[in-house]
Amino acid sequence: MRNTQRAEKIAFFFLFLATLLIVVPVGLIIVIIIQKGLPAINWQFISDIPRQGMRAGGIYPAIVGTVYLVVGAIIFALPIGLLAAIYLSEYAKDNLLTRVIKLAIVNLAGVPSVVYGLFGLALFVIFFKFGASILSGALTLGIMILPIIITSSREALESVPYSFREVSFSLGASKWQTIRHIVLPNAIPGILTGTILGLGRAAGETAPILFTVAAFYLPQLPHSVFDQAMALPYHLYVISTQVPNVDEKIRYGTALVLLVMVLFMNLVAIIIRYRFRKKKKW
Amino acid sequence: MRKFKEFIIEKLILICGLASIFFVILIFLFLLKEGLALFKTINPAKFLFGKNWYPISEPGQFGISPLILGSLLVTLGAAIISIPIGVGCAVYIAEVAPLKIKEMLKAGIELLAAIPSVVLGFIGMVTLVPWVKSIFHLPTGLTALSGSIMLAFMAMPTIVSIAEDALYSVPKSYKEGALALGATHWQTIYRVMLPAASSGILAAVMLGIGRVIGETMAVMMITGNAALIPHSILQPVRTLTATIAAEMGEAVVGSEHYFALFAVGIVLFVMSFIINVTADLFLHKERR
Repeated sequence: MRNTQRAEKIAFFFLFLATLLIVVPVGLIIVIIIQKGLPAINWQFISDIPRQGMRAGGIYPAIVGTVYLVVGAIIFALPIGLLAAIYLSEYAKDNLLTRVIKLAIVNLAGVPSVVYGLFGLALFVIFFKFGASILSGALTLGIMILPIIITSSREALESVPYSFREVSFSLGASKWQTIRHIVLPNAIPGILTGTILGLGRAAGETAPILFTVAAFYLPQLPHSVFDQAMALPYHLYVISTQVPNVDEKIRYGTALVLLVMVLFMNLVAIIIRYRFRKKKKW
Repeated sequence: MRKFKEFIIEKLILICGLASIFFVILIFLFLLKEGLALFKTINPAKFLFGKNWYPISEPGQFGISPLILGSLLVTLGAAIISIPIGVGCAVYIAEVAPLKIKEMLKAGIELLAAIPSVVLGFIGMVTLVPWVKSIFHLPTGLTALSGSIMLAFMAMPTIVSIAEDALYSVPKSYKEGALALGATHWQTIYRVMLPAASSGILAAVMLGIGRVIGETMAVMMITGNAALIPHSILQPVRTLTATIAAEMGEAVVGSEHYFALFAVGIVLFVMSFIINVTADLFLHKERR
């Protein structure tokens, strides 16, 4: 008896250790970046163009480029993703087609990010002749975040109780009216969460934009969707591996800005979900 | 009129529902379109099993076996590190942790999943790489080992969250039955919960590995990028993904080199397809 209890204690200790081995490094990574990156952050760093071969000045064009890309990706992915989620939750029957659609979503989520880069290069840059441009990059990122938006929107739609729909049907509303006026409004927080998570993912990815949009160094802002642009993640890659003798401070500062952007979006998503769960009446 | 409008909307919804299938096929077709051109001049067996990757020599040599072995070595290392830690953490979160800590841990794991790979690569470069160099007295810390450790962290969120889901979906009656028979909590976890959730945990591990094989930026920044057949985990290696990312910028569109990188993309796509479909089968088995 004593032996089994000791075994349990030892086992639980190791499980706890495993958890620490994940949580502590995550905490350390975030603390190191904040501690070393914070001294670099000032108004000039945020609002100036990179100077002296990216060894001084700021990262403004990269921030703007990333914002353009993320907004573009969402404009493309949100309508398609939301309608696809509506199809899966409201219209799809339990048949082979639905099974294949779900498998396709799983696969789309699993395609390596650099393969999205190749695909974007072949389809948008070369085949459609968009060139390396914001349009090509945003479309590539949009397809990449599609599975995130579909999956979370579908969960949100399916969590609206069936009785809501029955009441609406019994009042004579059509299927689309029910979806539009009853199901969608109740699913908005979940859809929002998924959209923000998609934004965060698009903001942080580097490989899909490598050959579709990212400019090594471009000291002015893009004027149209057919222009190249700098982007934060690619800029961090460039100054940490391609340009020698960049001040550590600037590297950490860039990493911090990117990390804050991405983590802020995730935090917002977590908070929305948490508050929604508490408020849920059904 | 309203009927017509609804008809249009419902057709639009159907089209968007099919969009994922369309995009998966589109990706595969465009990889094939550009990648298969390589095999007009290069023998496919030579491509897969050739030992030399010298894409810009004259004539270029496009053997990807050093790249495949590089990917496998880094992935194997990451799997050895991340599977026990990830599954252990999932068990801790699902079964042992008090409710309040549980929510915090889950949020922490989500944050880890959200950190961009280029940021992890950067942190790996400035912290992990010097450590590996000084601990093992190596000429460079840019090795397969460094890559494995960093990638283990990228696999863990996937493994933890899916394995935790699998443990959570084990029917409560199983657990209650074991406890009622006098088993301790640990005995219940070890003898009842883990076997009952095994196919879900297997799927978690596979998806984690899929994430590692496809990871690009961090791996390119910290594994040293030497396209040689690796003999030890303390050597620089180069993966399939890093090769595409590092060389596509210089490859001339329409050249053999360009086609070869797309062919590498086909190999990656097929690998991730097989992993995802198998993992999905395991998850479905779980639900039944």
